[in-house]
Amino acid sequence: MAIATESPNKAFDKSPLESVDKGGPDKDSPTKKEFSIKQLILGATFGIVFGFLLQKGGVAKYHVLLGVLLLEDFTVIKIMMTAIVVGTIGIFTMHSMGLVKLHIKPTRYAANIIGGLLFGVGFALLGYCPGTGAAALGQGNYDAIFGVVGLMAGSYLFAEMSDWLSKTVLTWGDRGKLMLPELVAMPLLTFLLIWIPILCAVLFFVDRIAIR
Amino acid sequence: MKTIIFLGFAMTVIPSLLATIPDVGTSALDYSGAAWSPYLVGALIGVLSMFTFYFSDKPLGASTGYARVAGMIGNWFFPKHTQSLKYYKDNRPAVDWEVMLVIGAIVGAFIAAWQGGELTGEWVPAMWGARFGDDSFGMRFGAALVGGVIMAFGARLAGGCTSGHGISGALQLAVGSWIAVICFFIGGIATALLMYRF
Repeated sequence: MAIATESPNKAFDKSPLESVDKGGPDKDSPTKKEFSIKQLILGATFGIVFGFLLQKGGVAKYHVLLGVLLLEDFTVIKIMMTAIVVGTIGIFTMHSMGLVKLHIKPTRYAANIIGGLLFGVGFALLGYCPGTGAAALGQGNYDAIFGVVGLMAGSYLFAEMSDWLSKTVLTWGDRGKLMLPELVAMPLLTFLLIWIPILCAVLFFVDRIAIR
Repeated sequence: MKTIIFLGFAMTVIPSLLATIPDVGTSALDYSGAAWSPYLVGALIGVLSMFTFYFSDKPLGASTGYARVAGMIGNWFFPKHTQSLKYYKDNRPAVDWEVMLVIGAIVGAFIAAWQGGELTGEWVPAMWGARFGDDSFGMRFGAALVGGVIMAFGARLAGGCTSGHGISGALQLAVGSWIAVICFFIGGIATALLMYRF
């Protein structure tokens, strides 16, 4: 057995996910393939499918998105949770076969919480998020045009402050590419065998109690 | 005794619950829902994210596209200044995969709405109109603009949006993504309740 050849101390020191490659830093270099024509065509194709699905899922509609924030319409939760369950199983299966690389975003407690709360405030005011806003515009909700302009202005405002933020807020509670199994010190597979049924149970519960 | 307590409870609590029932038209359930089952749509988005990882080595994420276009506009007017900003040194302001994803999403939603007879062509959503007045154009545009600014700033600070963190990050079990998506909903629920229920 492989584990018997290791000293017990070493086995304890090991993070349960040490062998999981979490992907390199998400910075651009001019040679990176995302600027190639093939990537642009793929991006547009995936975008068309994404927008089509968002509209068919009803989440391009203002009232469906406000509905989840008013705790009346749980369509958004159902779509997100189902996508997460299917995606988690799919991505980790493909990753274990060496077919895909992970792209884990860094955990920065202060930035995740402050940015997340701000995002929520903006989400309620605008009524669309960046992806569903594009879908809302395509569907003919012209108020999304003002949202798109605002999104670009807000992005530029962040860029203006990015130097300062990267030295302050973004360093507070920076834990790097932390994953849930590491947080609870569990091997990936064990974690998934517990996690997926929990997500399914939550989904089932939402389906039982929600009117829509 | 128990009956009296129950009756007292029923007489005080039930009217107060009735009083909080929203005005006609300000509930999401007064309007049409999704054309397709949310479970089918969710499962297909999950499969789509497998495709983006496999074919493009990219997680689904919409907000970066807006940031890149904003950088391109900034580059047009103030090239030196824009290129000096840390964010645009790390994220080149150019048309890339994410920009195409957002443009594609506009087209895809148009196709879906056109095919399903759900094209709206409206400047003020009906539910907004029921709450703030059907002629509240200026208020709606202002809220959308300010909301967009706050949302994009929050997304960049948090490191992603509803798709980047909420779907792609969450499905990769990233701790920060789960924290961010929970905060999206806390901030959103508090603000939406203030807007529609007080």
